[in-house]
Order: sequence, then C-alpha cells, then structure tokens
Amino acid sequence: MTLSRRGFIKVGGAAMTLPLLGGTAFGQAEKLKIGFIYVGSINDNGYNYAHNQGRLYVEENLGDAVETMFVENVPEGPDCERVVRELAQQGCKLIFATSFGFGDSVIKVAPEFPDVAFEHATGYMKADNVGLYNARFYEGRAVCGVIAGHMSKTAKAGYIGSFPIPEVVMGINSFVLAARQVNPEFTITPVYISTWNDPAKEADAARAMIDQGIDIVAQHTDGPAALQVAAERGIVGGFGQGADMSAFAPDTQLTAIIDHWGPHYLASAKAVIEGTWVPGDTWEGLKEDVVQMGPYNAKVPADVVTAAEAMRTGQIDGSVHIFTGPINDHTGTERVAAGVTMTDAELLSMDWYVEGVIPPA
Amino acid sequence: MDLTIAILVTVVGASTPILIAALGELVVERSGVLNLGVEGMMLLGAIAGFVVQFHTGNHYLALLCGAAAGMAASLIFGFLTLSLSANQTATGLALTIFGTGFSALAGASYSARPVALMSPIFPDLATHPVLRVLFGYSFPAYFALFMVFAIWFFLKKTRAGLILRAVGENDLSAHSIGYSVIQVRYFAVMFGGAMAGVAGACFPLTLTPQWAEGMTAGRGWIAVALVVFASWRPFRLLGGAYLFGLVMTMELYAKAGGGPLSAIPSELWAALPYIATIAVLVLISLRRDASTNAPACLGKPFMPSN
Repeated sequence: MTLSRRGFIKVGGAAMTLPLLGGTAFGQAEKLKIGFIYVGSINDNGYNYAHNQGRLYVEENLGDAVETMFVENVPEGPDCERVVRELAQQGCKLIFATSFGFGDSVIKVAPEFPDVAFEHATGYMKADNVGLYNARFYEGRAVCGVIAGHMSKTAKAGYIGSFPIPEVVMGINSFVLAARQVNPEFTITPVYISTWNDPAKEADAARAMIDQGIDIVAQHTDGPAALQVAAERGIVGGFGQGADMSAFAPDTQLTAIIDHWGPHYLASAKAVIEGTWVPGDTWEGLKEDVVQMGPYNAKVPADVVTAAEAMRTGQIDGSVHIFTGPINDHTGTERVAAGVTMTDAELLSMDWYVEGVIPPA
Repeated sequence: MDLTIAILVTVVGASTPILIAALGELVVERSGVLNLGVEGMMLLGAIAGFVVQFHTGNHYLALLCGAAAGMAASLIFGFLTLSLSANQTATGLALTIFGTGFSALAGASYSARPVALMSPIFPDLATHPVLRVLFGYSFPAYFALFMVFAIWFFLKKTRAGLILRAVGENDLSAHSIGYSVIQVRYFAVMFGGAMAGVAGACFPLTLTPQWAEGMTAGRGWIAVALVVFASWRPFRLLGGAYLFGLVMTMELYAKAGGGPLSAIPSELWAALPYIATIAVLVLISLRRDASTNAPACLGKPFMPSN
C-alpha cells in the first residue's frame, strides 16, 4: 500500500475534527448544570474518588433536575483557570473546585460569571459568589491516632504528606495528639514527597520509614501505595485515606477516614435550584457525616475499638476537641494554654508542629 | 549495616525501571532517532502489564505484554517519524501525551484492583539479612543488569551493532554502502518501545501492586535525561541509573530517619539528578574527545537526495 503524505494528513485532519462536532451541548435550560474540578483521577481510590462519589450522590438524589460534568487531572495552576472558565461557559451554574490549589483560579474567574455559584474545597479565600467548604478530616485523624497509640510497638509512626499546607499539618498534629494521650512516648515523622500522585514514591517513602523502625504508616496522599507496602512488610498497620482501601490491604488497614461529600453537594445543589444559595463557609465533620470512619480491622483489639469509638463519639457530641490545651509545640514551648480550644481560624492557618512530631527540614 | 542493606535494596527497586527504559532509549538514540515518548510507552506498558497480571496471575506474561504494548506504541512513532519523516521531537511528545491518556482510559475500570507483587527469584536468599542485597530481587532487576552487558556487547562487538552505530553517526554513508537506514531505525525504535514497556510494567508488578493513572510519574523523562548523562554508553548508564535511584531514595530515608541528611531541603533533593545531568553535560562539552558526543544524526530525519 502506498500512502501519500498529503493524503494521510487530509484523512487525519478530518478525523481530528470529528470530536469537535460531538462537543455541542444539547442541554435543557431548566436543568441545573453542576461542574466538578478534580486535581487527580476519579479512579485514585482516595481523595478524588470520594469527591466523585459525592457528585454521583447528587445525581442519585436529584435525578433529572441536575446534569453534572467533571474535569479530572486538572493541575493546580493557570490551567485550572481555563477549566473553570470553560465549565462556566458551558452553562454550569454551580461549580465545585475540589482542591486547595485551585483557589487562586476560582477567585480570578468568579467575577466574570456573577450568576454562577462557585464553591472551593479546603480553601480560605471567599468572594461574593465564591463559597468555601471543608471537612474536619482531623477528627478522623484523631480516631486513627488513638488506635496507633495503642497498637504501635515501637511508638513510632510515619506520615506521608504531599505538601506542608495547614490541612496536612493539622492532620499530623491531630494524629499525634491523640496517640500521645495513650502513649506519651509516641512520635511521628512526616515525610513530604511534593506530589499528590506518585505511587512509587509513596511506596518508597513507606519503605524508608519501615526500614527505620516505624510500624504504623499514615498518609495524606491520594492512593493506597503506602498501605500496600505496610502489608508487604507485615508491620502493625496503616489507615485508609479518603476512601475505604481495605481491598488493597485487607489485613493491614486498621480503619479508614472516608470523605463523604455527598450531603454537602446535595445541599448546595438544592440551594441553587431554589435560589437560596449564598456563599457559605462550612466545615463539617464526623457529626454531620461528611467525615466517616471505615470499619475497624478484626485485629484491632476490643478495648482499642472502645477507645477509638470514645474518641469518635466524643467529637460527635462535642465533649472532645483534640486541639484543646495544654498543647506544646515540637520544641516543648506551650502554644495553647490548658483548657483553651484552638479556633477554626487558628487551625486553618496551622503552621507549627505539636510535641511528638519530629519536624522535617 | 542493616539499614545500609535496606537502603540499597530500595535503591535497586527504584532504579531498575529507569535503567531498563533508558537502555532502550540508548539503543534508539544510537541509531540516530530521538524518541521522547518514553514516558507514554512506559504507561502503556504499565497498564498492559497490570491488566494481564490481573487476569492471568502470570507476572512473566504480564512483562511480555507490557513489552508488546510499548513496542506497538513505538511502531506508531516509527511510522510517523521514519516512514513519513515527521518531526521526532513533536512526535515523541505526542506519543507521551497519547500514552498518558490512553493508559488512563484503558485502566479506568481497574483502579480498585490490587495485584500480587512479583516474587523474588531466590526466595530463600531474599530474606537473608545481608545476601538479599544481591539476591533479593525479582526478575526485572537481573534482566536490567543482563541487558546492560548485552547492549554493550551488541554495540561494541557485533556487526549488527556496528551497522546500527553507523546509521546513527552518518546515515547517508550507511545508506550509500547499501544498508537500509529506515529498517535499522525501525528495529531500534521497536526495541526501545519494548524496553520502555517492560520498564512501565515494573511499576505495578514490582514497586506498587496497583494501577494508578500516570503512575510512572515522570520516570520516563529521567530515563531520557540519563541517556545524555551516560553520554550514550551502557555501563555509564548503569552507574547513572543507580546514582539517580540513590538520590531519589536517600531523600526519603533521610527525611524518615532524621539525622544530618534530613536538613537538606526536599527541593534540593528533587533537583539533584538534574543538576548532575547539567554538570555532566558541561563536562562533556569541555572535553575535546569527540567520542563522548551524541550520535551525529540524532533527531534528524533521514532524507536521501535520490
């Protein structure tokens, strides 16, 4: 077969325009279009998967009244701006930007679309049509910390983080505060790997921890890689993050912190449909069911389950707040006086480690 | 001592896929072709390897299918750049984008599925506290070492290797004495694709037994950089791959263990392999010895004026 170069280009060019034709929207005006922007893949079994479950929850509950669309793997940076703008131009009247690093883009684009409601997850910048929502993941971390404090034999845990942002720092602190209530000798070593999604690096970070005497691994990255290494090496255990990851390490996941965004997304969608949406600033947790705990592993002893449940229910009924003083920072200096509870604003800008954290460089 | 052994074991694990991919790219570049699609071919190899392992449970078949997937992708690249003389840089970049997207599409329904890690070849020695540093690995680690030697032997000692180098150094001369430049380059590109596919398959089979989108996370680019770092020589490549692996791994061990090394900021750790590459490039360019230079026809389409 001879194929002239020009002919090849013609055929190829025609083929390339086909998807453009299919892109025309045939939306009905009365349907509420909702856009979701994810920083990673919806198949990560973690953070982004959980957000997408929330999207599906809205579809299930509102059926034909809504039409949802999502864009995954959006980098945190200028590219996000383009995605936000495209979703708004496609007629989305409610847009959820689900990662911290999307904040600047949302704030920049929002004034161009005053009739669109924007909600930014885990952020801090509000505007007339930009609301904020977040989940008190640290409450789940505290439950994990109780289990770690009881079960670790070396009293050393490792914590694989992405970037040292307040959200991550808060989680580390909550974990170690809870663990040290059980075992005052407990320490935690954070390792930041500067990415949300590099499973091989997460796995190697877990190996580096376990080779140096750590027997509990927690992570604030989006996948189950660390948990799998924990299973491979047979250490005490680890925790699922974002979603139940027990399929990857059935004997190793002690429990999981499950993000359950559905109820929040549903409430916002209803508010937009009814015209009652206002930019909110919500921070819900175990009590509102936005944060859930996964099932406890069979190897967690009964008394430890009882202690973990006490931490969970205590946070639900408000009798326990893990960030109640006295709290010292990692140098031993008192930062929160006895009986004082840190405010939400203080938590959301937390940039110091509590006692028990071996601070990274 | 125990810790040193543990670190070395992790280093070999982290270096192996980079080494395999870079060896393939080295042969490709020695034939005068620059394929920047390594990252994409690795991802295609990773998903193919994962899917086959998931359905058959056979790790060797999975590696083989990873190689086949990488080779298939390299044929697209070969057709465009060799048969149609398209720009190699642009086509290679397109191949990476294609591989990233297509692997994500193919793997969409495999995300919540764990597989089993490949077991070590010498299971008895793999648990030995010291000897595991030599015998604690699964097949790909030894395959990579074997290929270093095999490729060195092929390029240096065989007639076919000489022809391949001739094609890379001076395609017109090779053409004029009767060698088919395009055919030689096709073979080289296919070999590079197969190696990238095996390297990608190493991720779900030996490092982290799951499928995750973009799970090679830029290692393909490190492989491309390594070829330059090694100035197109297999044994330097071996050293370079382990050095890169050591830097990547030491960062994590230093951070996890505290101690003096943990004071080095992670940004510097992350930049070290690239700083090293630039340093080597500067050193190369300072030397007068022409033999350290890149293949003369690297990246240029073959256009005989007939």
